[in-house]
Amino acid sequence: MRTGYDLELVHLTKRYGDTVAVRDLNHVFVKGSYVCLLGPSGCGKSSTLRMIAGHEDVSEGSIVLDSQDVSQLPPALRGTAMMFQNYALFPHLSVRDNVAFSLRMKGVDKAKRHARADEMLALVDMTHLADRLPTQLSGGQQQRVALARALVTEPKVLLLDEPLSALDPFLRIRMRGELKKLQRELGITFIHVTHGQDEALALADEIVVMNDAVIEQSGPARDVWGAPRTEFVARFIGGHNVIALPGGKATVRADAVTLGDDGLAATITAVEYQGASVAVTSKLETGDEVLALLPEEQFFNAPKSPGDAVRLAWDERGLHRLEA
Amino acid sequence: MRLKNRHVLGWLEASPLALVLLLFLVAPIVMIVIVSFWGATEFSIYPAFQFDNYEFLFGSPVTYRVFLATLKYAFITWALTLAIGFTVAYFLAFHVRSLTMQIALFLVCTIPFWTSNIIRMISWIPFLGRNGIANQTLISWGVIDEPLEWLLYSDFAVILAFVHLYTLFMVVPIFNTMMRIDKSLLEAARDNGASGLQTLVHVILPLTKPGIMIGTIFVVTLVMGDFITVRFMSGSQRANVGRLISNDIGLLQYPSAAATAVVLLCTVLIVIAILLRFVNIRKEL
Repeated sequence: MRTGYDLELVHLTKRYGDTVAVRDLNHVFVKGSYVCLLGPSGCGKSSTLRMIAGHEDVSEGSIVLDSQDVSQLPPALRGTAMMFQNYALFPHLSVRDNVAFSLRMKGVDKAKRHARADEMLALVDMTHLADRLPTQLSGGQQQRVALARALVTEPKVLLLDEPLSALDPFLRIRMRGELKKLQRELGITFIHVTHGQDEALALADEIVVMNDAVIEQSGPARDVWGAPRTEFVARFIGGHNVIALPGGKATVRADAVTLGDDGLAATITAVEYQGASVAVTSKLETGDEVLALLPEEQFFNAPKSPGDAVRLAWDERGLHRLEA
Repeated sequence: MRLKNRHVLGWLEASPLALVLLLFLVAPIVMIVIVSFWGATEFSIYPAFQFDNYEFLFGSPVTYRVFLATLKYAFITWALTLAIGFTVAYFLAFHVRSLTMQIALFLVCTIPFWTSNIIRMISWIPFLGRNGIANQTLISWGVIDEPLEWLLYSDFAVILAFVHLYTLFMVVPIFNTMMRIDKSLLEAARDNGASGLQTLVHVILPLTKPGIMIGTIFVVTLVMGDFITVRFMSGSQRANVGRLISNDIGLLQYPSAAATAVVLLCTVLIVIAILLRFVNIRKEL
């Protein structure tokens, strides 16, 4: 058992009939951290989030928040609040009434709850649109309202279910900056489910990579990216090559690979210009594909095209043995 | 030139429906309005423009009684079909999880519609009659000593038949609107601490209003315009506006029947206009 607002999952399991969606999770989410649950669709990350929120029954195990087992409590009594993927704003209520909804359910009088809602709207910079209906707002604006509605309950943990997936790429990057800023200001735990590794790396204090109903690896973003434990993590988190070496599989960071005169023989299969760098994909004789991210200048000093034979080398510091 | 062509094309495309509506909706109504100003004797009707029919209609206390009775039937039937229809639709939309089951149960709801109105009405008679199944069962259970007289040929029977006939018209539009409610809204309500009842009152009910309104329009217009149900189920002991009109027609008093029909039409239109002031159903159509 932990103290404070730590959120702990103890042997948490979710079954739907015979299929296991979440298998025996044990994890501690430290108070005030921004955690990203990262994984491909169907890996159990959403089920985990929904169990923490209380929208999905726990098959086995428990969820401990603030040293209290909350796994049997209704959502509103857990000290969590959820922000839904499509925001789930009430279409018949104004922005202000949406934010004030939970207070209205508690029987707070109108003047008081509207004042409180206005405070939350000011926090997300939406005061000027308080009288609009949700359908009259853009995606980003709807998201701010959803955020305000979740935060008005003063949760200890905010749960975000793929909050950025409905936004266009430009807005996504802006909103993730705001989420991070808000989390720092409020000091509460954010648990953010996503399948975008760039999103997770950009936001998370801690990344929890899930696959096939279990946690593959968890830790600070730099640790996970710098030292993926399994082949799955290495591939999913991106920027890594998995190659078979004598003595087991290893990963090589894509930006550590260089094209030189000696090293492993390979044939270039694709060259992609990405601005600051050039992505060169080549095939080893073993059949493994290797991605090399070369600085733009370095590539164009000795340009290559698909079909060229090259030799690949890398700094030993960029090489990392995998456990599985 | 091209613009003009498009104009003509537009008119051409709209004309078939316009023609049908003109022929089968506007023309008959215009005809009824015209005839309502005609005069009649015991054996003939003659074209005229006089207000005799309306004067007689509005001067007779029977008219007010019958209109009031019609509104009463409409209101009670509306309240009951709404209560039943909303409950059924709610169950189908939110408690039945699988789509197959939803469709199956929905089809079950429509089974009564596989037979005609009149057969469905008449089949109540052996059940409700003085020596009908209902009375016999109640007597054999010892609940009552002698047959209940008000089961058949009464307001009770009329309203029972109306509810039986028209509840589906309430279920369908309400179910339809409920199915469009995003399920995550219900979760959001729960997440915000709403109880089941609060979710119903603050989320589901407001979002179902357009469906309720459409169902209301169906039921109100059907009940206000009905005459056969009232005749059968009340054993000709009760009257509504429909029966007033049908009686006039039976006596070949077409101008008088037309005048009553015009007043009824106006009443129904006013009722609907009032209803539409409460709810905007346009986004539902």
